[in-house]
Amino acid sequence: MVHMTDAEKKLVTTMWGKLDVDAAGAETLGRVLVVYPWTQRFFGHFGDLSSACAVMDNPKVQAHGKKVLHSLGDGLKHLDDLKHFYAALSELHCDKLHVDPENFRLLGNVLVCVMSRHLGAEFTPQVQAAYQKVVAGVANALAHKYH
Amino acid sequence: MVLSAADKANVKAVWEKAGGNVGKYGGEALDRTFLSFPTTKTYFPHMDLTPGSADIMAHGKKVADALTLAVGHMDDLPGALSKLSDLHAYKLRVDPVNFKLLSHCLLVTLACHLGGDFTPAAHASLDKFLSSVSTVLTSKYR
Repeated sequence: MVHMTDAEKKLVTTMWGKLDVDAAGAETLGRVLVVYPWTQRFFGHFGDLSSACAVMDNPKVQAHGKKVLHSLGDGLKHLDDLKHFYAALSELHCDKLHVDPENFRLLGNVLVCVMSRHLGAEFTPQVQAAYQKVVAGVANALAHKYH
Repeated sequence: MVLSAADKANVKAVWEKAGGNVGKYGGEALDRTFLSFPTTKTYFPHMDLTPGSADIMAHGKKVADALTLAVGHMDDLPGALSKLSDLHAYKLRVDPVNFKLLSHCLLVTLACHLGGDFTPAAHASLDKFLSSVSTVLTSKYR
């Protein structure tokens, strides 16, 4: 559960509304694969990931990035109950996808960088702090069902 | 982890783009670190940690100047940062986890101000560079 004030929750929702979620999703996943290339281990079936350009332009990366970020957006409506909201996805990531939860933390921090890039001066230290709580909460929720 | 020729070029290019603002960015990165990761404040009980304070701005400039030095000596980071490495190991003893937190906030600050120049390749190179600097600064811890 994330401990956020009402003001922080409002900041989070307002800023999300300013984001092109499709573009940000594609860029976030792309950057994870470029900045932390070992994460490509999960995406052998995605085709050409041989260079930064190949990754960023890869349609499967873009589509999957969108999916991931829309799921995160849905989670924003359940900040008081993330563990329950992400229970099924947590089991999936453990039992079927075998993803180390450290990867959720990497993606969360890359998302923060992408939001900063897109929103510029509006992504103030206060907004960042609120989003760091969100991404930590989501990462913990996704790791919660691991065994 | 080795910095390739391309990494070094990317880091230099970003640092040049940041130009005279690096000091300001150092301060902003510290603001972001203290707000997002409050445990980092435990190392600065002697400073006024109100966001944007003169203490934070001064310290941010110190950090930025050290990074500028590092950018100029990427072929020999251990040599260039030896004194700072001693300082962190024997005097400051900042827990290694905190270097990742500050590095992340430096990336967020650069992303905020450089927009399109903060390309995925530049992002990767900067992350590697900051990680290398962090490794050098903690290299004499034990």
